[in-house]
Amino acid sequence: MTDLVGLLTVFVLAMFVGFEVITKVPPTLHTPLMSGSNAISGITVIGALMLAGHVGEPWLARTLGFLAVVLAMVNVVGGFLVTHRMLRMFRRK
Amino acid sequence: MTRDLLYLLAASLFILGLRMMSHPRTAARGNLVGALGMAVAIGATLLSGGLDVGLLVLALVIGSALGVVAALKVKMTAMPEMVGLLNGFGGLASVLVAGGEGASGGVAGAATAAGGFIGSVTFFGSFVAFGKLAEFLAVKWKLKPWQAAVKFGFSGAAAAGAVAFAVGGELLAAVGGLAIAGLLLLRRETFPGMTAVKALVLALALVAAVTAARGGSGYWTLVAVAGVLGVLLTWSIGGADMPVVIALLNSYSGLAAAATGFVIGNTVLIIGGALVGASGIILTGIMCRAMNRSLWNVVLGASGGAAAGPKADEVYRTVKATSADEVAMLLEAARRVVIVPGYGMAVAQAQHAVRDLANLVEREFGAEVVYAIHPVAGRMPGHMNVLLAEADVPYGKLKELDEINSAMESTDVCIVVGANDVVNPLARTDPSSPIAGMPIVDADRARTCVVVKRSLGPGFAGIPNPLFAKERTLMLFKDAREAFVEIAAAVKAR
Repeated sequence: MTDLVGLLTVFVLAMFVGFEVITKVPPTLHTPLMSGSNAISGITVIGALMLAGHVGEPWLARTLGFLAVVLAMVNVVGGFLVTHRMLRMFRRK
Repeated sequence: MTRDLLYLLAASLFILGLRMMSHPRTAARGNLVGALGMAVAIGATLLSGGLDVGLLVLALVIGSALGVVAALKVKMTAMPEMVGLLNGFGGLASVLVAGGEGASGGVAGAATAAGGFIGSVTFFGSFVAFGKLAEFLAVKWKLKPWQAAVKFGFSGAAAAGAVAFAVGGELLAAVGGLAIAGLLLLRRETFPGMTAVKALVLALALVAAVTAARGGSGYWTLVAVAGVLGVLLTWSIGGADMPVVIALLNSYSGLAAAATGFVIGNTVLIIGGALVGASGIILTGIMCRAMNRSLWNVVLGASGGAAAGPKADEVYRTVKATSADEVAMLLEAARRVVIVPGYGMAVAQAQHAVRDLANLVEREFGAEVVYAIHPVAGRMPGHMNVLLAEADVPYGKLKELDEINSAMESTDVCIVVGANDVVNPLARTDPSSPIAGMPIVDADRARTCVVVKRSLGPGFAGIPNPLFAKERTLMLFKDAREAFVEIAAAVKAR
């Protein structure tokens, strides 16, 4: 139970941090914010790596994991890169 | 231990990176900091031991290569589609991880069900959003070969999945897969009783989620039913409501990752997912406020329609057409010019032509040119800003509603390009209008308003726009890019 409470605590606090930090992003940057935060949601790749790389898991689970790693990586790399492309275009004067 | 500390470092880098997003000057570095965080998290996982690293590196390389190609090839005007698609990939990855772990009962079981549910809604909803933005779903016209390939390929895959489930004895999952395959083939945005069907599927999905959470079995049934829900919820949403949906799906993809974090008890997934969830929720709220509509209203697809309000013929009796020459003359006398871009500018790829004219007017006539950015102009949050940044417009020239409206009365020329509903004064004056109360750019309060538009066709809300017929409004009936090129030529000739 403590385990769950610990994880929940982390989740709720992270939501608060997210709200605080992201409220400050100006509308000009909303598209890069979306694609950049989108790349961060690819963090699920960590779970995918553990699943796909775990030698003891059944092959079906590992196949799903492998597929998940590929998909999540498209999300991560595509997201960060496209955000970088956009942000390089924003300039002052 | 070391691994968990590295995860903490990664999570900190995510937060730091997002914080640096709060200013255009530091945003590019912030993005790199976020990417570094991701690299740390992946590296820590690979080095933690006990994993088949060779296989993992192969998967990482394949995914990265696909990501690089996609990110480098995509055009700036296609950014909404790209973000929609990437959201979907993240969602599907979460579905697969939660399913592969196969946890049952207790906390892990509940988290697995949540991950499958949210992830599946994200994936199928994102695919529909992508398909609608790329104009191959819910349309009647003939598709290009690649569009047909994606549409029928996806439907075929869903049907094949359904058959596999049927063979495996999971009949409910099979029905769900078939429903998805069939829905995607529809050629229209609505069908009779759609709201009731949505409510029914929502209820079914919740039942499936509870069942899966309790027993551990039925996970793929849950995924299939949630997938039907994802398709239905996004199906009828188009046009001006798209920014809300893209933001919402963004939020879901984060929450799905967080749920997966609960399944495997991993804090970096929970933190990363929560940050993205929060970001999406904030953007969704901003978009809804900018349209003066509730989230339910958008998601349940109750858009106003064309019923209420005045008739187009009557409103447009006094419309005056103008020419590029006349606009150039107006600009010569102007001291302050405001440009209001909308989705039409993106469609016509007119951002460079618009920038050229703005620079020319500033240089030749010494006027001040700024841009009015409505939060829901375009198909995703901040869409116009990205297009204008691509055209090298400095971000200091992009103004928000309040700032632009407070100076509108001292604006000599306001040029509306490809925007309609966001400059419709009925939002202020007609309480029965579908856009009543929506904050708008007060283009009608400028000394002169020029509207560049191909025809008098209505915007997404389906209502006529009295701005076009105002005494001080001139219509330039042309494609946006052509119009700006011609005005620029006329300016040079003066």
